[in-house]
Amino acid sequence: MKELEFRTASAAQGGLLVMRRVGEIAFGDRVVVRDDKGRRRNGQVIKTSRDAVLVQVFEGTDDLDLNATWVRFLDQPFEMPVSPDLLGRIFNGVGAPRDGRPPLIASHSRNVNGASINPFARAYPREFIQTGISTIDGLNSLVRGQKLPIFSASGLPHNRLAAQIVRQARLLGEETNFAIVFAAMGISHDEARFFEEDFESSGVLGNVSMFINLADDPPIERLILPRTALTVAEYLAFDLDRHVLVVMTDMTYYAEALREVATAKGDVPARKGYPGYLYSDLAEIYERSGRIKQRHGSITLVPILSMPADDITHPIPDLTGYITEGQIVLDRALHNAGVYPPVNVSPSLSRLMKDGIGKDDTRDDHPRVAQQLFALYARAQEVRNLASIIGAEELSGRDRNYLDFAEQFDRRFVQQGEDEDRSIVETLNLAWELLSMFPYEALSRVSEADLNRYHHRAGEVA
Amino acid sequence: MSEILEINGPILRVKLPGARNGEQVRIGSIGLIGEIIGLEGDDAIVQAYESTESVRPGESVTALGHPLSVELGPGLLGRIFDGVQRPLIDIFKASGDHIGRGLETAALDRSKRWSFTPREDIGPQLHGGETLGDVPETETITQRILVPPDVRGELIELAPAGDYTLDDVIARVRLADGRERQLHLYQRWPVRTPRPYARRDHAVAPLLTGQRILDTFFPLLKGGKGAIPGPFGAGKTMTQHQIARWSNADIVLYVGCGERGNEMVDILESFPELTDPHTGRSLMERTLLVANTSNMPVVAREASIYVGVTMAEFFRDQGFDVVMVADSTSRWAEALREVGGRLGQMPVEEGYPAYLSSRLSAFYERAGRVETLNGERGSVTLIGAVSPPGGDFSEPVTSHTKDIVQTFWALSKELADARHYPAVDWNGSFAKDVQTAAHWWQEHVAKDWLVARGEALGLLAEEQELARIVNLVGPEALAPKQRWALEGAALIKDALLQQNATDPVDSYCSPEKQYALLAAVLRVYRKGQELIDLGEPVTQILTLPGLARLRRAKAAYGDKQLTELNGFVRETLDAMDAMRVEYERSSAT
Repeated sequence: MKELEFRTASAAQGGLLVMRRVGEIAFGDRVVVRDDKGRRRNGQVIKTSRDAVLVQVFEGTDDLDLNATWVRFLDQPFEMPVSPDLLGRIFNGVGAPRDGRPPLIASHSRNVNGASINPFARAYPREFIQTGISTIDGLNSLVRGQKLPIFSASGLPHNRLAAQIVRQARLLGEETNFAIVFAAMGISHDEARFFEEDFESSGVLGNVSMFINLADDPPIERLILPRTALTVAEYLAFDLDRHVLVVMTDMTYYAEALREVATAKGDVPARKGYPGYLYSDLAEIYERSGRIKQRHGSITLVPILSMPADDITHPIPDLTGYITEGQIVLDRALHNAGVYPPVNVSPSLSRLMKDGIGKDDTRDDHPRVAQQLFALYARAQEVRNLASIIGAEELSGRDRNYLDFAEQFDRRFVQQGEDEDRSIVETLNLAWELLSMFPYEALSRVSEADLNRYHHRAGEVA
Repeated sequence: MSEILEINGPILRVKLPGARNGEQVRIGSIGLIGEIIGLEGDDAIVQAYESTESVRPGESVTALGHPLSVELGPGLLGRIFDGVQRPLIDIFKASGDHIGRGLETAALDRSKRWSFTPREDIGPQLHGGETLGDVPETETITQRILVPPDVRGELIELAPAGDYTLDDVIARVRLADGRERQLHLYQRWPVRTPRPYARRDHAVAPLLTGQRILDTFFPLLKGGKGAIPGPFGAGKTMTQHQIARWSNADIVLYVGCGERGNEMVDILESFPELTDPHTGRSLMERTLLVANTSNMPVVAREASIYVGVTMAEFFRDQGFDVVMVADSTSRWAEALREVGGRLGQMPVEEGYPAYLSSRLSAFYERAGRVETLNGERGSVTLIGAVSPPGGDFSEPVTSHTKDIVQTFWALSKELADARHYPAVDWNGSFAKDVQTAAHWWQEHVAKDWLVARGEALGLLAEEQELARIVNLVGPEALAPKQRWALEGAALIKDALLQQNATDPVDSYCSPEKQYALLAAVLRVYRKGQELIDLGEPVTQILTLPGLARLRRAKAAYGDKQLTELNGFVRETLDAMDAMRVEYERSSAT
């Protein structure tokens, strides 16, 4: 079918446009909408029959005069042009430049919806990435090809943490061919500028491809933006062999845009008004990360989301946690106590850690040290609760030791500077300083060999 | 003839006169796979198992004349299939790293030749489920070639021993109506119809998973129904993987339903390296996988569970004990919800359709130990993970599942946060068939198993009571005996319940070692009680180095080192006796 332009819009509401008598239009096709002032908007077919076609307009349907709205069906799915020139550029959600420079000249373009990676083609991620941040490297290690979100909340320094990860992340003993894809959905001008300046000051701007939809940009565009950005990430990783770190912020605004459109379409709501397919929809995004056998590049995904009302059981963090391979949880109490980065290690988790650490990757004692720290910290939290009821003076000597440990852990292990880049060995040595506050008997998660080798009182006790 | 009228995501309305409800279809010029889920006059409502992008109204749809079915025969083991039984390796060969659409791939390899040996005592009258012959598929698994359940008649010809492909005819049967039916090494079966058996039988033996909290405390029987609910990060998948690895089943089927792609890769990469502790062979030889990962089409997710359980029943019919783990049934339920929503069905609880509970219970009913059509015993054990939103066990999928299953392994966020794995919460879990499991344990492992188990659970319950007091007034308010009970419970948790899946020694624990550890902890606890009764302070007993070593004993002594383990326990008890002598002497002076 040829490209045709129609003026048969019969209804427009909530970003959706109903077109009548347009012939047989394929599901998912790209659409260009031209309004009475000649402005162009982008859309996609989300329901189609011979009588009526439903178009989702990414720039919204405000200010459309149905009688003067021309709609062109491009007879092709939504695609993003790709070329090495993508790096160093800034785009909007539909892939149009927003840096004032001319559009990309590219010989190829890719369907932004991608296609599912065949599980058989995947390679299991197991290469340890050192971020220089103790709570991540030591206790929730990131590996190449992992999807590890940051669960944050309003007012917490998730952006600074993400920027620090971008600056410091590297593979041990390897200078890498890296690239960064930055996808911003619904964040403020200030936040976007913070990242831009940080990329610039650390000299990586030439290796960054940015996709920006700000708080005052049309919300529906947020639905296509992560897909466009990931299409570029896939191209960089699997065509150009780059190791791509994708930072996405803020997934909460993405999900809210999805809810907005779902409500307009009349989809059955599941929890808190979000559509039942929120899980699958988020999975389509998150699962595009990973490694593929026989390809050199990789996509490591760090989505940032703010938990509405600090609630980790809210559908957005909840469903994200079910899809991603762990989560880094930021905590308001730690932040208020002046701890940076305020990572609460207890609910944080890295599912892929077990295969990326240990003897051949970091250090032999690493897995057991991590388990031991988690166990002690959990016990220390119980003691903290107890102390808040009966008072620290009433605690036994053993319990007071736990209290000291928790304090030291927050102040020395969790706390670190924004420019402090700790090696994994430094992190583990710091861990042993804290573990050495306890006698051998209290440390059942580490082995006797570990104790004899690393415990500060090893000589005295044995 | 046929034409697509409307496309709404994975749901299509198609003009398709004469079609039958449940029939499989091919959609449009790309040939997407789909299924008819409703009829309205000449219109069929079709769900597509693949993305409908670029399909347009007016394209044609072909009805294939049969419902969604699977191929059952040699060549299933060790493979990974998608939600409609297409081998992912063949999809990879056809479309590369990403999954293409409309691909036509047979589930079983047609070119491979299998060595078939006919049974001698067969015929001339054949009935469904009878064994025609044997095909060794792997070193440990020999498949029996069965007469399809719906065939009954006179055997005209049976192929002699030799190598045959799946397309070769190995038997000809004259049916009652005089027609002739050709039989092959494989058969087809519609996935939504349970395969028939002669009768249900009692489940008699526990499924042994090598996980102490499961086997010793909350056993599940072979042929039983179990569920693992838990919030994200509580270790559902890890527990499922451990069950798939170490279960004493003949065949393990792992259905990744709406979960992570990397988890399937983990199995694909690690299982061939691992040995089955019961047969000493590579684990992959007895395993098959069905993968509909979370980014693959939602509608195929609904089918994947049925595809899996039908293959499980097929092996059961050959007399095997089969375990199927499904991770996660919540994603399957969500697929029902999504299709229901698009069809405009009235939602009831949290958007789920009204038939959620009946679908769930009908699915779990396909578990069971049965007498097969051939008079043998086989079983299907179903274990479903449940992913309750927000970790809320009162949500529809978890609460309905809880009503259905016999064993409920509730995972707890608090335990997981403290890295107590497996994070099975002894307060929220239950097992209905402990008595039956006890018969097995008493006969094969130890006479006092049930008593010992009860004592340990009692101690954990006591700890919960005491913890409430401690949280109000601190541990100093407790009597020494109660403080020792807290220590005893802590010992059970550390030395017994906690199990490290990544530790080569601790990952699998034989029933004998499970009991040895249980008995050791209880003996140390009782001996400590005696000391406390004499007046020995708790803090003094806690200085015993044996206690810390007992906590590490699970990883320090392997399944074959029980003598050494018992020797160490003896030493610890002796040290406690020495402590007693010392105490009595010092308090006498």
